Amino acid sequence: MGDDQLVIGGRKIGSRLIMGTGGAGNLEILERALVASATALTTVAMRRIDATTGTGVLDLLRRLGIEILPNTAGCRSAAEAVLTARLAREALETDLVKLEVVADERTLLPDPIELLDAAEQLVDDGFTVLPYTNDDPVLARRLESVGCAAVMPLGSPIGTGLGIRNPHNIAMIVEQAGVPVVLDAGIGTASEAAQAMELGCDAVLLATAVTRAGDPERMAHAMRLAVEAGRAAHGAGRIPRRYWAQASSPAVD
Amino acid sequence: MTVWINGAEHELGEGASVLDALDAMGAPHAGVAVAVDAEVVPRAAWASTTLVAGSRVEVLTAVQGG
Repeated sequence: MGDDQLVIGGRKIGSRLIMGTGGAGNLEILERALVASATALTTVAMRRIDATTGTGVLDLLRRLGIEILPNTAGCRSAAEAVLTARLAREALETDLVKLEVVADERTLLPDPIELLDAAEQLVDDGFTVLPYTNDDPVLARRLESVGCAAVMPLGSPIGTGLGIRNPHNIAMIVEQAGVPVVLDAGIGTASEAAQAMELGCDAVLLATAVTRAGDPERMAHAMRLAVEAGRAAHGAGRIPRRYWAQASSPAVD
Repeated sequence: MTVWINGAEHELGEGASVLDALDAMGAPHAGVAVAVDAEVVPRAAWASTTLVAGSRVEVLTAVQGG
């Protein structure tokens, strides 16, 4: 399994579970969860600095040797997202960006028009762009065609824990994609992370399901196992579904 | 002169630089990025980039999220 490595934009990523840092009660809880998840890539958000903002989360990720994936959370237009990505690159010295351009606070669904516009500008500016997108195969294709290094369709809206509402769309996105597909948002529990991998996704990105779980460390471990199990099952090739029973013991003479 | 730093008014001397603005608000120099009037100012240009009255300075850092 050693050579079954995720590669995004030519960069090897040491885990297929990508974590977010949002929602953790404190940095100690976050640290235990990140370690238990064995993640190699983890998101942070960019915000105005003030007296209460420390650099704790950055220090933590660097100490754990986890690569930082800045996001553009909170941006509602292509212009905002492009500026935020450029600031993240400057502050964190990485060209990776999880591109988020959401339409409204109630759904936090991506605005496809602004998203595609921002993706194109950031690719042209040399970024490795990982767009958080709707579970729309056509939009995923468009994002890939403008040069995104991965596509990251949602299973369901951010933070809902509703799992994968349209598995067929995710399967279609996987089927046609020439870049890694990362199931991003909506995962509530381990079986849903395994399902994403069984559908052929290359990785799963989640935060809330772990950070707001009753026991974040334990759930992080469960997610790690689920992603590994789902990946292995996808590669192993499941049996076809049958209408009638098929005996698994020899017939009685 | 009055400039805006992260949405709040600050009084800085004439010809103050981006670096002066960071120091005026006590911001660290590592792990932050600065935009002036919606344009990123690279770290190497902080000392040489001067502000004018009404400049809008944004100082961002990474926080938990996503």
